[in-house]
Amino acid sequence: MTQHTAHLPSQFARSRSNLGAFFKAWPPLVLVSIAWLITMLFIALLAHWLMPYGFSEIDLPARLQPPVLFGGTWTHVLGTDELGRDVLSRTFSAIQISLLIAFASTAISTLLGVLLGILAAHFRGWVENVVLVLIDFQASMPFMIIALAVLAFFGNSLTLFICLMGFYGWERAARIARSLTIAANEQGYAAAAHDLGASAGRVYGRHVLPNIASTIIVNITVTFPGVVLLESGLSFLGLGIQPPMASLGNMVGYGREYLQSAPWLLLTPSLVIVMTTFSISAVGDWLRDRLDPSAN
Amino acid sequence: MIHYLSERLFRLLLTLLLVLSFAFIILRLSGDPALIIMSPDAPPEAIEAFRKSWGLDAPIWQQYVGYFLNLLQGNFGVSMKDGAPAMQMVLERVPATLAITVPALILQLLIGVPAGVYAALHHNSRLDRLLMGFAIAGHTCPSFVLALLLVLIFSVTLGWLPTGGYGTFEHALLPILTLSLSGAAVLARFTRSAMVEVMGQPYIRTALAKGLSWRQVVFQHALPNAAIPTVTLIGMMVGGLIAGAVVVETVFSWPGEGRLLVTAVASRDLSVVQAILLVVAACMVIANLIVDALYVILDPRLRTGNTRAKA
Repeated sequence: MTQHTAHLPSQFARSRSNLGAFFKAWPPLVLVSIAWLITMLFIALLAHWLMPYGFSEIDLPARLQPPVLFGGTWTHVLGTDELGRDVLSRTFSAIQISLLIAFASTAISTLLGVLLGILAAHFRGWVENVVLVLIDFQASMPFMIIALAVLAFFGNSLTLFICLMGFYGWERAARIARSLTIAANEQGYAAAAHDLGASAGRVYGRHVLPNIASTIIVNITVTFPGVVLLESGLSFLGLGIQPPMASLGNMVGYGREYLQSAPWLLLTPSLVIVMTTFSISAVGDWLRDRLDPSAN
Repeated sequence: MIHYLSERLFRLLLTLLLVLSFAFIILRLSGDPALIIMSPDAPPEAIEAFRKSWGLDAPIWQQYVGYFLNLLQGNFGVSMKDGAPAMQMVLERVPATLAITVPALILQLLIGVPAGVYAALHHNSRLDRLLMGFAIAGHTCPSFVLALLLVLIFSVTLGWLPTGGYGTFEHALLPILTLSLSGAAVLARFTRSAMVEVMGQPYIRTALAKGLSWRQVVFQHALPNAAIPTVTLIGMMVGGLIAGAVVVETVFSWPGEGRLLVTAVASRDLSVVQAILLVVAACMVIANLIVDALYVILDPRLRTGNTRAKA
């Protein structure tokens, strides 16, 4: 530090290189992505107060009004749909529902995967074999097809739908948790904690889990956009979230009928889906580089 | 090698068995099919007759065995809506689905692999970043959004291609494009990281140091080694194509397997759903077998294991 203060003219260059270093650690794309995700989270939490109209408030005389930028008025900033419902309010409500499903399902899938992975690594033997066969089964079928089959057999409800989405990607979490736990068990610290008299639950919960957490967090950034894409895909097909509830996917699905006359109906929710999944993937890639330098 | 392949075959057959058991279990868990199919206020005798004809009055293990016996005889039940054999309905749609998925798979390989290899060889260059930006965008954009964007551009605005339908080459163009782009993006990303890793290996430095040309090093040393992890992706790509076909066929009114599945799910036509489940599982098993066979072809270590076993 003293070396630098000796050359005062380099102050400027230094501040610029500081800025450079800052953007190297926090690339602009990642900063924008994080800002977008925080905005989405904010909207999801406060949707109830942010919505200018009720999300299912029908106003038939004012139907299919264009957004402000397409020659509409400020009363409906993003225009209205075929029943005169405000697109902005519906988008907020859809963000809320889609994020709720994505968070709940990612949590279920990660918990299930990590639990089964650790169980397999702890017990080995037939428990591990059963888990591996289940992983093989899950990985060998496209999840979309399994989800459609379950929806066909059971019909649809929000709770069932969240649970079903909760099975998405558990096999990846289980694979990762299993191999990392096996590796951790061979290291000194797990054995040391065990020899000091810690119970298996304590060894895994307090010692192994914190050590494998970073890889699992990176896996969450893969699962989360996957759930968003799957949920919106199923809702788009009319087999996910059912009307009158709004989800980003079913808004695109119903907007499709008005592709030629009112393209804004599907452009807004499409943009939200793409921006959100893109942001999480960008943040996930960046996290992986930071947390796990070996993965390159 | 034989041992390796037969072990894989066993695992795959086990998967097939699990898929069928899964279908059977959720079919029975979902409630009494007689009440789902017949209206609740149907006369009790009619419901009883339906149960008898579908074997629903037998104990569950007998139903399970009967279910497999039926499948082995090629009897997959009839569509609960119009009484046509379910498997026949499903097989009739296979050519339409293959007509878009096979070209899409080829296109994915033609776009994804060269893009990934190029990006890896120009690691951290501007073009590498651009290609990877496209790749992230490609695999985070849901196929229905991509499909509708393409329709908006090429059909609505430019009027070059039809918005949907079946029959001519023009009708197939947008579905194929939609299906191939996201898979190509995943493939490009994966190929790039496999290639970057291989290019950092000591044997590449050795090959360069002993005076081989850059071209020889890339084509004879780097590519075959990068191909081994990339092949794993093919199984996943086939799964992605099947799932993608469900959405894409619906958007473009393409009369294939995916659209049949969506309508069958919406009307809860269980035997058709089950038949599709079986066909998809069979496709996945075959795709995974091909991946395993490719491993043996690409990885000499698996072959030498065999000769040692013989000696």
